[in-house]
Amino acid sequence: MKPSPFEYCQPKTIEEAFAALNHEDAKIIAGGQSLVPMMNFRLVQPGRLVDINSLPGLGEIVLDGGTIRIGSLVRHAEAARHDLMRNHLPIIAEAMAHVAHVAIRNRGTIGGSLVHADPSAEWPLLVTLLDGQIEIAGPEGLRHAAPEEFFVAPLVTTIEDDEILVAVRLPILSPGTGMAFTEIAQRAGDFAVVAAAATVLMDRGVIAEVRLALGGAGDVPVRLFEVEAALAGQRPEAIDSITPGCADGLEPNEDMHATAEYRRSLIPVLARRALEAAVLRAGATR
Amino acid sequence: MNAKIDIALTLNGEAVTGRAEPRMLASDFIRDVLLMTGTHVGCEQGVCGACTIRFNGVVARSCLLFAAQLDGAVVETVESLAAPQDLNDIQKAFRKHHALQCGFCTPGFLMTVSEILQTLPLSTDHEIRDALSGNLCRCTGYEHIVRAVRDLVNQRDGVQA
Repeated sequence: MKPSPFEYCQPKTIEEAFAALNHEDAKIIAGGQSLVPMMNFRLVQPGRLVDINSLPGLGEIVLDGGTIRIGSLVRHAEAARHDLMRNHLPIIAEAMAHVAHVAIRNRGTIGGSLVHADPSAEWPLLVTLLDGQIEIAGPEGLRHAAPEEFFVAPLVTTIEDDEILVAVRLPILSPGTGMAFTEIAQRAGDFAVVAAAATVLMDRGVIAEVRLALGGAGDVPVRLFEVEAALAGQRPEAIDSITPGCADGLEPNEDMHATAEYRRSLIPVLARRALEAAVLRAGATR
Repeated sequence: MNAKIDIALTLNGEAVTGRAEPRMLASDFIRDVLLMTGTHVGCEQGVCGACTIRFNGVVARSCLLFAAQLDGAVVETVESLAAPQDLNDIQKAFRKHHALQCGFCTPGFLMTVSEILQTLPLSTDHEIRDALSGNLCRCTGYEHIVRAVRDLVNQRDGVQA
């Protein structure tokens, strides 16, 4: 249970980091909460480890126009307690309570969770739900990726070996939007078997705007656009009749934690719970 | 690649130095190079919590850090809590409530409790269990650990048990 030998680099600027990544077998380490276990098991054996924890400017959460820009080195615990998140995106703190345990949340990073791209992880689901934009720096400059172009398959993204995920931008939603995150895991802190997240804006008793996304329901997090379209303009009671079809067309994976059939059975239940909680939290006056 | 690198850090309030290969885990460095053996090594995959330390002020798994990452850091291990003959309140509560049997997991629990007492309300036993869920204990069944933490929370909040 010891990692194989590697060369360790600790760049102090992003240019130094790109230079360090110009190596046939380099791997970035941020929080290391997924990478180091994989290295200890020798499932991953990088020849060079590029530690980006000393890079400036990646650990901040700032308001930028209509979005909140979260640096990729922000830790789960920092995101959960940050005032901007608590005021504008309370779903973040709700979701972070499901991310592993206290010590892991203190160290694990948002950028690390996104590039690790576990299909059951919380951050990929949140960014998918909220139409976040992923900011990626490379030797040629900065590019932005939407979640549907970023996540490809379990543990696979479109980020290149010489690129660094530097931030994610999440939009600030309309005032009064209710948000909810829920998941089923085998034990507290385990990866979700299935997770669901929703946002709902109500207008005079009907659902005006709605988003619904699932984790653990396929190779990558999914937005249920058809369900959203079916719910828009309906009274909340429609959630009962529409959510049973939520698993239609989805192909959940089968693994040691759950059968595909069990995941399929959880999807409508968790979708309903997330939507109902979001409706309850939506501004009641509208 | 196997050449050792110099590491200088503040360990339990004292400036210390050591040398390690890049691949050496912080947990092994703390025990085998810095000779602070209170930090225990259990699973080496970030699951059991026995190796929990404070890294720059917050609890972290030392088996998921490399020794090289401790350079310039402020680290506290279980030895920072108190001298062996002068237990601190957390240790006293663990002793009073029989919150340990074999003691292997105890350093990690003590470090976790030292943080969560400062950061979380811990107003229900459910919340205490959730906050402790990253530390595994194979002896106690956790009940006595929860009682010890409940006692500490009551002391903190001025509640008569």
